[in-house]
Amino acid sequence: MKWRWWRHRALVCREAVALMGDYLDGRLPDRDIAKLERHLSACPHCSEYLAQLRVTIDALGHAEPDALSDEALDDLVGIYRQWRAETE
Amino acid sequence: MRDEGALVARLRAGDEEAFVSLVRDYQPAMLRLAEATVKSRAVAQEVTQDTWLAVMRGVDRFEGRSSLKTWLFRILLNRARSAVGKEARAGRPELIDDERFDATGAWVDPPEAWADRADDRLFAAQLADRVRALLAELPESQRQVVVLRDVEGLPPNEVAELLGVSDGNQRVLLHRGRARLRHLLAAEAMSS
Repeated sequence: MKWRWWRHRALVCREAVALMGDYLDGRLPDRDIAKLERHLSACPHCSEYLAQLRVTIDALGHAEPDALSDEALDDLVGIYRQWRAETE
Repeated sequence: MRDEGALVARLRAGDEEAFVSLVRDYQPAMLRLAEATVKSRAVAQEVTQDTWLAVMRGVDRFEGRSSLKTWLFRILLNRARSAVGKEARAGRPELIDDERFDATGAWVDPPEAWADRADDRLFAAQLADRVRALLAELPESQRQVVVLRDVEGLPPNEVAELLGVSDGNQRVLLHRGRARLRHLLAAEAMSS
């Protein structure tokens, strides 16, 4: 009964947002993809929200970590040499 | 893709250059992941140093079943978790529900439009730079999942295994972390 109700009722924005994580990861069942896309085609706010999530994920993929400093590398090489000296 | 087998063989043979090349490739990402787990940068640095020692000791046991990166991250997270036990930690409340909806489920405060500005390369580069700093605003559990999934690009099953969380929990943490970062980026985008 519950599932039949879910299938036929249109999504509200709160529900659409809740489905977006799995949608972006390609893990949303086909039935829910159709519902979400129907909602998105009619709702500019949720479409904008989804676009902003995509931009956020893209930015994360381009976020470089702090560069390795010469001092940090020297410290680690020092630890390496000490360890080698102790194990040989 | 680099030949990890050859690199591991050189490490086992005690080749310092192989060690340096590994440090150059992975230390920045390892430090970032350590910082997502422990509170202070100093402790995070100690954790990465312990990790490299464990890597040297354990390289003979590396079987190549996972990628070198996943293996390094696994050792690092184990070290970081034991450091967390020693660190005095103040609880930080999880910030969720950055989006608000009314009783009918509609937006109370709909998102202002800025996503299309990311088509501009300069703006996209600014966002990438800002999101790096904003990661620090996430609670640790969300930050770890976001770093491993969206920054390092590891698949969901490996991330769940590395962090010892269920697949469902990982999805929730990722969703909340992304939502929180979107909220923070939106605030910056609207003020720039």
